[in-house]
Amino acid sequence: MIAARRATDTLIILLAIVLAWQGLHQVVGTTALPGPVPTLAYLAKFVPTARFAENAWATLVCFFYALILSYAIGLALGVWMGIHRLSGAVGEPILISLYTLPKITLYPVVLLIFGLSVSGRVTFGAMHGVLPVAILTMNAIRNIPPVYLKAARTLHLSRSQTIFTVLLPATLPEVVAGLRIGFTLTLLGVLLAEMFAAKHGMGFLIINAMQLLQTEEMITVAVVLFAFAAAANALLLWGEHHLHRRV
Amino acid sequence: MSRVGLLRLVVIAIAVGLLELACRTGLIDHRVVIPPSEMADALVRLLISGEANDQIARTFGIVLAAVLIAVVLGFAFGVVIHALPRLRQALEPFFATYYAVPIFIFYPVMIAIFGLSVVPILLMGVATAIVAMIIATLNGLDRIPRVLGKVARVHRMGALSTALLLKLPAAAPHLFTGVKLAVSYGFIAVIASEFILAPAGLGRVISDAYSDFNNPRMYALMLLLVVVATVVNMLLHVFDQRWAERRGIGKP
Amino acid sequence: MTAQDPDRQVHASLSGVTRVYPGAAGHQPVHALGPVDLDLRRGEFFAVVGPSGCGKSTLLEVLAGLQPATAGTVTFEGRPVTGEVPDGIGVVFQEDASFPWLTVWDNTAFGLRRNGLPDTEVRRRVDDALAFMGLKDFARAYPAQLSGGMRQRVCIARTLVLQPRLILLDEPFGALDAQTRLLMGDEVLRLWRRTGATVLLITHALDEAAMLSDRVGAMSARPGRFLDIVETGWPRERDSTIVGEARFGEITGRLWDNLRGESMKSLGYAGMAAE
Repeated sequence: MIAARRATDTLIILLAIVLAWQGLHQVVGTTALPGPVPTLAYLAKFVPTARFAENAWATLVCFFYALILSYAIGLALGVWMGIHRLSGAVGEPILISLYTLPKITLYPVVLLIFGLSVSGRVTFGAMHGVLPVAILTMNAIRNIPPVYLKAARTLHLSRSQTIFTVLLPATLPEVVAGLRIGFTLTLLGVLLAEMFAAKHGMGFLIINAMQLLQTEEMITVAVVLFAFAAAANALLLWGEHHLHRRV
Repeated sequence: MSRVGLLRLVVIAIAVGLLELACRTGLIDHRVVIPPSEMADALVRLLISGEANDQIARTFGIVLAAVLIAVVLGFAFGVVIHALPRLRQALEPFFATYYAVPIFIFYPVMIAIFGLSVVPILLMGVATAIVAMIIATLNGLDRIPRVLGKVARVHRMGALSTALLLKLPAAAPHLFTGVKLAVSYGFIAVIASEFILAPAGLGRVISDAYSDFNNPRMYALMLLLVVVATVVNMLLHVFDQRWAERRGIGKP
Repeated sequence: MTAQDPDRQVHASLSGVTRVYPGAAGHQPVHALGPVDLDLRRGEFFAVVGPSGCGKSTLLEVLAGLQPATAGTVTFEGRPVTGEVPDGIGVVFQEDASFPWLTVWDNTAFGLRRNGLPDTEVRRRVDDALAFMGLKDFARAYPAQLSGGMRQRVCIARTLVLQPRLILLDEPFGALDAQTRLLMGDEVLRLWRRTGATVLLITHALDEAAMLSDRVGAMSARPGRFLDIVETGWPRERDSTIVGEARFGEITGRLWDNLRGESMKSLGYAGMAAE
């Protein structure tokens, strides 16, 4: 009963947002902001086209490679810094500083090295995603209650048994949180790269549409990305809560 | 300076030194990356000449304005939402997914509505920073121990003095975390917006320098941004640590 | 054979043991324990009482092999204890060591699975231990769903299934209220009688120590040393009702005589100790 009321409350807020959108549209006009209904219509028309599919695919490919890089490097770095206390102590502020730095300032360097290629966008995406994964993994390892390690010794576990049956499950919820944030930021990095300088991808579609004053396409692509990111995040959150339920 | 701090400085110095060496020996092409010493040199000369000063002032001004608006409005909204639990519960899913969405995709929409001016940039800065402040405010207000309210009543304190003398200081660490995040996010949002498309500002100048193959100017300003971002975040961090230490939480 | 028989076999011993924690960067080393001499008799129930920070937990960890002694020797069943926890020693820690990602049943079976025992034996021992600890109905629950006291019982069950010959308990009832502690004390006595193991219990509660044990070691403030070892003379079939006996008051009184000054020292009441 309470869950149903909460769901309706949220739907009401959603409705309010859509209405606000409609209101804003009526104030500024279609050339500035198309309304929700025409956007939906355009979406139905545009998504099935080849042009949309090509660009969506381009973004997905870059995103996929960038994600793998983020996760692999982030996890390795996080595990090392979590286990090796000195590296962790020395490196943590460096990682955090890099995390809060507007990495877009480094994008020209990436462009100079890689040009307008896929590698450049993948690198830029990975630059964004690797940090939260590393930082959260490192913290997850550091936050393992010492009593677990003592208990493992009293239960006569071998080193590999300790790692796989105690340390891994103990750190999993926090590591997964890092992977979720890494997912979000990697996507952001790839999109930013496409928005700034690219000839393919969803980010490119948005900027391109803006330059050609095709506001309908611009907002449609934005809405599609919004839906994708929100859905993916909801899925990852659900997975995380599923893990947390037992912790 | 602790042993760890010293070690960290050494690590950074070695990294910069290696980069310098790689650039000077030609291992890294001069057209791609210039040596750090040249970056610093170019920055100093640029600052002295004052050419980019109005752009620098403009960008930092926008960041400051965005952060102030986000912090004040974020706090106000946070207080209101905290007082209305039903509203808060309805908004939970939005707060949870807000930072999952790359809000940047709406920047061009902002430009279409408000034109290519300072307004969309400021809006992006506020939009990115404000939710962090709201969430931090909610957390902070949550964590005010209930016993403080009872102490206030025993001392017969009025609502305003309870809020100012007890509740605000109790919530302060979390509020400060919100401010830190607002500064980070605001900075990132404004710079990124200026990069992608802007009439003026530091991001725009860097992006122009890139297009004009003007590496010294580009790297000089990039260095400036990196230094400013690092110093600001470090100051906030140090302040936070000192404060946390005094209150007995966090590592010394 | 009564608990007071001094000729009983020595099960574990500490001889001239000290433990000094090396100082972290810029800090002095901490002399936490010792020198301590202790001979644990096989099958006895020994309690260690002392003020906070006196090194009681350190004593337990050195005995278990979790920490190395800085000086002196530690032996268990005639063999020296080195860096590893010897087979036959079970430890129940002060903090909650139950694994939140496993059910109560899986937590209890955890140590057994590694030993290569056949599944039927594992199941028998686990079901047995859970029934003994009163957790049978919670076998499928997760620790997060249980109270603190029940989680400690899970940890005890996990130790039980390994059939330890020496059980070390580090302030296992720290967070519980006084009445619950007395009842849990009865539980521990049941455990002790049923397993026939030697038990070393660390506690800061005088009444608990006096009630549960055959001998009580009163420990000084840091660095911890034994000020006195009191023989209680209780029969093996005892329970919490002995708190009503006169002898209980004598034992507790004797312990407090030893510890009152030490407790004040550890709390920083330097001047008052002289009063």
